[in-house]
Amino acid sequence: MKRYVSRRVGYCLLSLFLLSLTIFFFVRVTGDPATLLVEPGASEADIAAMHHQFGLDKPLWVQYGIFLASLAHGDLGKSFYYRTPVMELYLSRLPNSLYLATVAMAFSLIIGIPTGVLASVRVGRFWDRAGKIFTLLGLSLPSFWVGLVLILVFSVYLGWLPSSGAGTPLHLIMPAFALGWYFAAAHMRLTRSSMLEVLGSEYVKLARLKGLPQSLVIAKHAFKNALIPVLTLAGINLVIMVNVATVVEVVFAWPGIGRLLYEGITFRDFPVVQGVVLMGGAMIVIVNLVVDILYAVIDPRIRLGV
Amino acid sequence: MAIQTEIIGLPPRSRSRLAALRFGDFPLIPVLILGCIALVAIFANLLAPHNPEIGSLAARFKPPFWQTGGSTKYLLGTDQLGRDVLSRLIFGARVSMIVGFTAVIFAGVIGTTLGIISGYLGGWVDQVIMRLTDSWLALPGLTFAIFLAAIVGPSMWNIVIILAVTYWTRYARVIRGEVLSLKEREFVRLAIVAGCSKWTIMQRHILPNVINSAIVLGTLMLGVVIITEATLSFLGIGVPPPQAAWGLMLSDGKQSLMVGRWWLSVLPGCCIMLMVLSANILGDWLRVKLDPQLRQL
Amino acid sequence: MSSSIPSSVSYEPTGQRLPVKTGPLLELENLSTHYVSSGGTRVVRAVDQVSLRINAGETLGIVGESGSGKSTLALTILRVLPPAARIVEGRMLFDGEDLVQKSDAEMRHIRGKRIAMILQDPMASLNPLFTIGDQVAEPIRVHEGAGRATAWQRARDLLKSVRIPSPETRVTQYPHEMSGGMRQRIVGAIGISCEPRLLIADEPTTSLDLTIQAQYLNLLRELQRAHGLALIFITHNLGIVAKMCDQLAVMYAGRVVESGPVSRIFNAPVHPYTEALLNSIPRMGDSAQRLTAIEGQPPDLAALPRGCAFAPRCDRVFDRCRVEAPPEFAPAGRRTARCWLAAADSTPSDMLVQSGTA
Repeated sequence: MKRYVSRRVGYCLLSLFLLSLTIFFFVRVTGDPATLLVEPGASEADIAAMHHQFGLDKPLWVQYGIFLASLAHGDLGKSFYYRTPVMELYLSRLPNSLYLATVAMAFSLIIGIPTGVLASVRVGRFWDRAGKIFTLLGLSLPSFWVGLVLILVFSVYLGWLPSSGAGTPLHLIMPAFALGWYFAAAHMRLTRSSMLEVLGSEYVKLARLKGLPQSLVIAKHAFKNALIPVLTLAGINLVIMVNVATVVEVVFAWPGIGRLLYEGITFRDFPVVQGVVLMGGAMIVIVNLVVDILYAVIDPRIRLGV
Repeated sequence: MAIQTEIIGLPPRSRSRLAALRFGDFPLIPVLILGCIALVAIFANLLAPHNPEIGSLAARFKPPFWQTGGSTKYLLGTDQLGRDVLSRLIFGARVSMIVGFTAVIFAGVIGTTLGIISGYLGGWVDQVIMRLTDSWLALPGLTFAIFLAAIVGPSMWNIVIILAVTYWTRYARVIRGEVLSLKEREFVRLAIVAGCSKWTIMQRHILPNVINSAIVLGTLMLGVVIITEATLSFLGIGVPPPQAAWGLMLSDGKQSLMVGRWWLSVLPGCCIMLMVLSANILGDWLRVKLDPQLRQL
Repeated sequence: MSSSIPSSVSYEPTGQRLPVKTGPLLELENLSTHYVSSGGTRVVRAVDQVSLRINAGETLGIVGESGSGKSTLALTILRVLPPAARIVEGRMLFDGEDLVQKSDAEMRHIRGKRIAMILQDPMASLNPLFTIGDQVAEPIRVHEGAGRATAWQRARDLLKSVRIPSPETRVTQYPHEMSGGMRQRIVGAIGISCEPRLLIADEPTTSLDLTIQAQYLNLLRELQRAHGLALIFITHNLGIVAKMCDQLAVMYAGRVVESGPVSRIFNAPVHPYTEALLNSIPRMGDSAQRLTAIEGQPPDLAALPRGCAFAPRCDRVFDRCRVEAPPEFAPAGRRTARCWLAAADSTPSDMLVQSGTA
C-alpha cells in the first residue's frame, strides 16, 4: 500500500507541475502578457514599468521560476478590482461553491444511483428506457438553460423560490438542481453499466446458485462492487462541479468561485482569472489523489498489497 | 418423435414507434433536425425576415405573435434593442453550425493526428504527448476554454481555435488507444516487413481504420462543443455582440427573465437543446452501428 | 459398506435413517433448453431432449466438448439461466417434485440447500470484497436462519473439513490472499455448507494445477461419502470420469448420445462419438502413433443438420443417419444410446414401459 500511495503522490506532483507550466505557457505566448497583467486603462509608461516589475524582460525560464516560486508560497497575485490578494478572495468564496457542489452532488447521486440500479436490473424494460431518455436529456441540456427555465417556472410564474443570492436553503434548491442535473445523468449511466458488468460476473452467479434471494444478491454482492467506479467518478466530479458551476453561479448570482471567475472576466481582472483556474486545476489533481487513496481503503485487494 | 417447439412464456415485446425511431433504428428525427438547422444556417440571408443585428428601439420587447402585444411582423418577438428574435435565431444557427462543425473538425484533425503519431511511434514522443494531454485533461474543458477566451479576447474564429485546442485531447486519447491495438495486427506487420516508411503506414493503413472512431467521437463532441460555445457566449467571452449567437441571446434574455419575457431565453435555449440532443442521438446511433467496441466511449 | 445399503435409503450425516421415496434422486425427462435471440430469429438448442437419472449417493459424469451443452444443463437444473434461455419442454424430477414447475421462490429454497453447485473458476466465483468467512457463512444464515456466531463457527468447521489449514485465521481473510487450490476448496465448502443431497460440479479441476487436481478429487470423494451426496461431475476429461464416476453421460450438440455405467461404456462403447473420444486419449506405450483426433468441427447449435448431429463426422455413418435423427435406444440395463447402430439389438426407449429398470 505504501508503494501505491507514494506513486500516486508522485503523479499528483507531476500533474501540478505540468498544470502550472501550461497556464504559464498560454499566458506568455498569446500576445503581450503585459496588457493582461496590467490594470485596464494604464498608460504606456505604466506598461513599461510593469514589464520591469514583473520581470518580463527576463528570459522565459527565469520568469517561470519566479512564477512557480510565488505559487509555492500560495501567492496568486493581487486582484485589480478588489485590491486584495487573490488567494484570500478565492478562499473566502470557496466554501459557498463547495456548499453548492455538495448539495448538487448529493442530489445527483440520490437520483442517479438508484435509477442506474433499476435500469440495470430491468434491462430493456420500462426503467431502462426511461433511464436512457433521462441520460440523453441530462447530457444535452446545458446547465444554465435548466437554471433559466427553473427560474421562469418557480420564481416568475409560481413565485415559490427566490431567483438569486444565497442565504436560506430555499436559495439552494434551484442552483443545486441545475448544477446536478448533468451529473445525475452521468452517474446514472455509469451505475447502470457498472451494475450490468457485475451482474454478469461469476461471483454473482455463484451467489444466485447459493440460493440467496435476488434482493440480497443485488444489494450485497452486486451493488458494493458496482459502486466502486461510481464513487470514484463522483469524487472527481465534485471538484469538476465546483469549477463548471460558473454558469449556474452567474445565473443564480450565487457568491462562489465561479462567480468570482465571471467577475474577473467582466472586469478584466486577470490575476483573479488566472488564480481561479490554477486553483481549480490544482484541486482536481489533489482530489484525484485523495480518491485513489480512498480506493485503497475500500478495496481490500489494494489495501493488502496485491 | 416429433419435437415440441412451443416456447414457454416469452415476454411480449413492446416496441413503440417512437422508441424505434430513437434507439436502434435510424434516428430519422434527429437527422432531420440537424439537416434543417444546417439549411437554415446556409440560407440565413434568404430566410430571416429582418436584420439580426440592428433593431428599432420603438419595437422593443415585443412578445411572440400568439401573445397579446405581438404581431406577425416579428413572429417570435423582439429583444431589448428591438431586434427580431426569429432572425437572430436563424443567424444564430449559422454561428452554432460554423463554430460547432469547424471546432469539431479542427479538434478531430489535430487530435487524430497526434493520437496516431503518439500511439504508433511510442517512446518519448508518446510520453510527451500523453503527459500533455493528461495535464490538459486535468482541467475541465469549460474552465480551460474560459481561461483561454479571457486571454485572447472574443471573436468567432478565436472561439473556434480555443474549442479546438481544448477538445483535441479527447480524440488523442481514444485514437491512441486504438492505434496501440492496431499496431499488433497482421496487416501492419506485413507493411513493416514490406519496407513501408513509418509515415506511409500511418497514413495508408492506420488512418483508415481509426476514421470510424474519429467520426463517432466527432458527433459526440459536437454537442459538447456547442454547449461550451453557448456557455462562453453567455458569459460574454464567446461570440461578441452584436452578432447573433444563441448563447448571447440567452445572456441578454436573462435580464428580462424576472419580468416574464420568457421568449428571449426559452427560444434560444430550445434551439441549443434541439441541436445538441439531435447530435447526441445521432452520435449514440453511430457508435452502435460503426463499432460495438466503442461502447466504452 | 456402501454396497450393502439399499438404494432406496439414504443416510443423513447425523447417522439417522430417513425414509426416502424410492426411485432416483434426480430424473430428467426429455429436457430441452433453448436460447432465443431477441428477434426471435435464432434458436440455439443448447440442451435437447436430455433424459438422465441419478440415484442418491451416485456419481454421474457428464462429458462433452465445449459447446455440447453440459454447463447449460447444469444451469437448467438449478434454473439459473440467462434471460434469453427458456426451458422449452421436459421435466426435472427431484425427489419426485418437478423443478420446471417450481416458482422462483421455491427454487431459491432448493438452490444451495438441497442442490448445490460448484463453478469452474474459483477466483472469479468468490466476491473479492467480502471475507471468506462471510461467504461461507452466508448460505447457512440465509437457508437456516442461523445467527452470525453460529454460522461463522460452522464456517470454520467447514473449512476444516475441506482441509484448509488454520481456519480461524482464514475466515477473516479475503479471496485474493488464498492460492487457487484453497479457493476451490472454499467453493466446495460453500457447496456443502447446507448439506445438500446433490452437488453439481462444473469442471472444478480445470483451472487447478495437475498436482492439486488429484488432492481435490480425493477431497470430493471423501465429502461425498461423509455426507451421502450424489455428485454430478461435468468435465471434458475422461480420465477423471474413470476415476470418480459410477455412471456416465456423453453429450454432443446438446443431446445425450450415450449413457450408462462407466466401466461398461469404457469397455464397449456403442456410439461412434464415445468410441472416438476414448480412442483419442493418448496411452503410454503407443509408440509412433499419431494422436487420433476426431475430424471436423462441432456443429452450430442454431443450425443443426437434419438427422443425427454427429453424422458429418461419423466414420460409421450410413444413409438413415443423415435423414432421420435417431431416438434414444436402450440396448441393455441402464444404458442408452442415441444411434441407429443400436437399433438392431434393442427397442427405442419410448416404447419401453417406464418401470425403473435399473
